[in-house]
Amino acid sequence: MSGLRKFVDKIKPTFEKGGKLGFLHSTFDAFETFLFVPNTVTRKGAHVRDCVDLKRVMIMVVIALVPAMLFGIWNTGYQHSQAFGLDWGFWQIIGHGLIKVLPLYIVSYLVGLGIEFISAQIKGHEVNEGYLVSGMLIPLIVPVDVPLWMLAIAVAFAVIIGKEVFGGTGMNIWNPALLTRAFLFFSYPSKMSGDAVWVSGLGEKGAQVVDGYTGATPLSAGNLEGISKLGDGSGYSVCDMIIGTIPGSVGETSVIAILLGAALLIWTGVASWKIMVSSVIGGLAIGYLGQAAGATDLPGYYQLIMGGFLFGTVFMATDPVTSAQTEKGKWIYGFLVGALAVTVRLWNPGYPEGMMLAILLMNTFAPLIDHYVIEASIKRRNKKVKTA
Amino acid sequence: MSNNIYLKKGLDIPIKGAAAQTTKKVIVPDVVAIKPTDFRGLVPKLLVREGDKVLAGTPVLADKMSQNILFTSPVSGTVAEVVRGEKRKLLEVRIKADAEQEYVDFGVKRVADMTAEQIKEALLASGLWPALTQRPYGIIANPEIKPKAIFVSAFTTAPLAANPEFALVDEFANIQTAVNALGKLVNGRVHFSFNAETYSGSPFHKLENISVHTFTGKHPAGNVGVQIHHICPIRKGETVWTVSLTMLAAIGKLFNTGKVDLRRKIAVTGPKVNNPAYVEGYPGISMKDIREFYGNPAELRFVSGDVLTGTNVGAEGFLGFHDNQITILEEGDKYELLGWAKPCRPKLFSASRTYFSWLTPNKKYDMDTNLHGGPRAFVVNDVYGKVLPMDLYPVYLLKACLANDIDNMEKFGIYEVLEEDFALCEYVCPSKIDIQQIITDGIALMMKEMC
Repeated sequence: MSGLRKFVDKIKPTFEKGGKLGFLHSTFDAFETFLFVPNTVTRKGAHVRDCVDLKRVMIMVVIALVPAMLFGIWNTGYQHSQAFGLDWGFWQIIGHGLIKVLPLYIVSYLVGLGIEFISAQIKGHEVNEGYLVSGMLIPLIVPVDVPLWMLAIAVAFAVIIGKEVFGGTGMNIWNPALLTRAFLFFSYPSKMSGDAVWVSGLGEKGAQVVDGYTGATPLSAGNLEGISKLGDGSGYSVCDMIIGTIPGSVGETSVIAILLGAALLIWTGVASWKIMVSSVIGGLAIGYLGQAAGATDLPGYYQLIMGGFLFGTVFMATDPVTSAQTEKGKWIYGFLVGALAVTVRLWNPGYPEGMMLAILLMNTFAPLIDHYVIEASIKRRNKKVKTA
Repeated sequence: MSNNIYLKKGLDIPIKGAAAQTTKKVIVPDVVAIKPTDFRGLVPKLLVREGDKVLAGTPVLADKMSQNILFTSPVSGTVAEVVRGEKRKLLEVRIKADAEQEYVDFGVKRVADMTAEQIKEALLASGLWPALTQRPYGIIANPEIKPKAIFVSAFTTAPLAANPEFALVDEFANIQTAVNALGKLVNGRVHFSFNAETYSGSPFHKLENISVHTFTGKHPAGNVGVQIHHICPIRKGETVWTVSLTMLAAIGKLFNTGKVDLRRKIAVTGPKVNNPAYVEGYPGISMKDIREFYGNPAELRFVSGDVLTGTNVGAEGFLGFHDNQITILEEGDKYELLGWAKPCRPKLFSASRTYFSWLTPNKKYDMDTNLHGGPRAFVVNDVYGKVLPMDLYPVYLLKACLANDIDNMEKFGIYEVLEEDFALCEYVCPSKIDIQQIITDGIALMMKEMC
């Protein structure tokens, strides 16, 4: 440790203001604070501080995403082997998954962090940790075969237009990872929807798939054609959907892996359980309402386990920057996220998945929800004080 | 107790170094400082010159804005030095104390026979008036105003704070006198807040002419601002006063003995104090007067007050006017390899569950002054409300302060808060934002714009 510290101290003056590489100060600082908790002491206010910092908070979310990521890698290979009738062993499946998923991660982090570093450099700020989470999320919410150049453009759009122009992490109004997906979704719809994009290799010309294999996700199959397409006979049982052995975006398929992450987030208090619970309630409510109204013959709980509902609820809707900030507001916000997502699924045949749009829309309205929650609270208090 | 107020939110910081309940030393003061910086917004006028003889109770400073507010010397001696800072700002008046203390005689008085005007004059002349703090804003009370009520917190929850039941056990009669006197200055009542758990054991529950309130909860339940918020919130245009038990005792002594006697028991606390205990001394005593309590001063931080709200005075510094606690802790100017990435850091405490200190709830920590991270924008939004037992939206108030948005500051409750109420928000903040400074700047703006 002391050797490393000595080395860092030795090269530090080069990167200080006035040093040879002074223009790389923020970059150096980012790497230094990554390695070492800095030696800054409190100057104003409380003399002691809690040892938790944003790096710790962010790394908790990253850890919570690891089960979904690992399962996603395996499932990418597994779906490919199913579609093409290959008789692969575990390591072949993992190998294929890695070849497909790893490049997504490399592009996501290279482009995203690169822009973060450059903009921190321009502003003379410290590099913010926010992208550690966004970069981890993005590959998990895109179809595995999305072309890397498209991903790069989408990431650049989300980080620059979605975040940096607002002032960086903490100032953005939309979730950057979802913005990446939305950019892809509207710019390159052919790579983002339909039945052919969810399994690696399926979109290639002349792909020799197993007879009768469509590659449709349970979501599109179920919502368009009803429960007869799901269930034990047709390949996607409830059990499959809970384990996650179904086509879909890389990280969204396994309910179990997502719930593991949710447990960590709730236990550490990093993400709001109120948003998660109310989103699930909202999804169930509209899901069952839709069933009763005849919009679908799927039971309401199917809406939770199909598609990106749970992944969005746990990891995207709970983003502390873009969600509602007040505790009461979180209940309303979460409920509307869940309700809207299922509404889009059931009543808009153009979009089989509604989660992304629901969260982005509610991101937009979160400040309004907070505004009314606070106004009501202040009014109530003034009334109480007046009568007292 | 039926009307006990339960506060669920809050946090007791488990820091090492609580003072044992013994008085280890009676300090014979050498150099004592009077610091105008102890009072918010005070523009001082110097009334003495270097070399002047003063007694305990001789005016040294006056408030330029209302010159009947005087600040008197706590000891008798000679004015040794007038310390000025940038732009000749008056920082300290240092007084070299005599070996024998002599007091200005203000005359023993019977409070029951005095009018409000006479009490006010006695407090102003003796230099004890600045003990009264006015809210909103936490400034010296305005003698022209009759406040809605006076609030006293009879218990403390701040980290390692002096225990009033030990420090002031002999002062019951003086505090009662002071309560009777101050009762004549207000429209309403003198409100005392007690800790529900120790209420019946507290020597002060027998005080008369007070309204009793009890509280249950962690820090900041003992902050008088939090108590006011729950007893009778301050609305726009209203004024209340607060005063500490320590200063009540001094006010009572003025009427009972005719002397300005600011002697108090001071808790010497903190992780770097050898055998933390109490000492008897004056406000303005030097840190050097407690030399036997600490090691090499170069690596230490000396705080007048508690670790959350106190002032960093330095090894050469002096105790503040209102304070009866000194905290000494280590300067944490050290690097920690991959600190944030370690699964657990057993030597550090975190209120969040991202570390494992929740497994050892009774452990006390050897805390230092490291910031444990770099400053960022507000990201996590629910940690602040968990340690602020007030019906406010802390982040909204802070952002209104940052934006200099007076209307919203008013709406979000700037009249009800002082820095100390937000100290825990600052402690838990993962973005390492200097929250108390934001409140200080906000209050300064309000005073500038609204007066």
